[in-house]
Amino acid sequence: MIAPFTEFGLLGPRGALVAAFAIGIAFGACLERSGLGSARKLMGQFDLTDLAVFKVMFSAIVTAMLGLFWLSRLGLLDVQKVYLPDTFLLPQLLGGALFGVGFALAGLCPGTSCVAAATGRVDGVAVMLGMFAGVLATGAALPWLQRLYLATARGGLTLPRLLGMPEGVVILVVVGVALTAFGFTARIERRAAMSSRTSDNGV
Amino acid sequence: MTSTLAQPSAALLRDRPHARAAAPRPYADPYLTGFVLGLVLLAAFVLVGRGLGATGAFASVAATAVDAVSSRTAQHNGFFAERLTPDGIWREWLVVEIAGVFAGGWASAALAHRLHITVERGASLGVTQRLARAAGGGVVMGVGAVLARGCTSGQALTGGALLSVGSWLFMFGAFGAAYLAAWLMRSAWA
Repeated sequence: MIAPFTEFGLLGPRGALVAAFAIGIAFGACLERSGLGSARKLMGQFDLTDLAVFKVMFSAIVTAMLGLFWLSRLGLLDVQKVYLPDTFLLPQLLGGALFGVGFALAGLCPGTSCVAAATGRVDGVAVMLGMFAGVLATGAALPWLQRLYLATARGGLTLPRLLGMPEGVVILVVVGVALTAFGFTARIERRAAMSSRTSDNGV
Repeated sequence: MTSTLAQPSAALLRDRPHARAAAPRPYADPYLTGFVLGLVLLAAFVLVGRGLGATGAFASVAATAVDAVSSRTAQHNGFFAERLTPDGIWREWLVVEIAGVFAGGWASAALAHRLHITVERGASLGVTQRLARAAGGGVVMGVGAVLARGCTSGQALTGGALLSVGSWLFMFGAFGAAYLAAWLMRSAWA
């Protein structure tokens, strides 16, 4: 067992910060390379003309999920020492829905707004400023929102635990669903391109 | 659409290395970049035992800003108090990571000739309107991300890979609402 490195004394606090900067660089480069620093490209996900968001996100989730599973199986990584965010059912569903509305309005999410801003897009800067104001205001108002904020707490709950199924089975299902969805994306994009062409001809 | 149009001009420019403004290169394959992003996320798990994030950096900056104005207010608010770092904001993991996102995004765009000062918008929206929507959308995302304890990076991507129930709920809530809202505002990017 050697990972996480910080938990096994292989990486100190300074090393963790160097890792943070390097990982951030790679994260930002991945988002930029795939075009996710562009609001127009991101919004293609929602009018179904360009499903890059889905393809990038689910390829990444599946890769990291499988990597984590096998590193743990091989006895290299202790999953119990990887930080698992706590589940709060209602605030996360409601917060997610609010977040989605903001995402559609802004055209960028918090991470991609940073890439948009870094590549010269002024709308990215505006999203970042708005996001900052939203976090600041909600943080300040949180003492009055405690009942909602802390409602339906479930601790560190995972899908395998919730469903009472072995982790390997859940992972297999997620991979299967992702691969099936990838198979459909090309067809969806083709259909959207065709319908936009016919509507263009009408103009 | 633009990328296919850009290709022939990129081929033309290759024969003229002295040409000043090189055409932007087309974006990389989404599956390949997604796979690499997955490896980056895995590297974060292996190196430091945590995933990627963005909202946390905004929250740390907000906490530091509140503390600078009124230390008492920051200390009396649990959300801000637990995000204050005694050694300063540059010791905060997510703040350093987001600084890296800026550097990486900028360098990647510079190498692919994609750095342009612009306001990206649909033809039906003016510049002011687009910026107002961007800022307004940002505010709403900020509210949602605090309630949900993260955003597309910390919840959807990181929590998704860890099979966290709350993260998958967040994902369904966010994309469900975004599809609905985007459909209601579909004229914005026409």
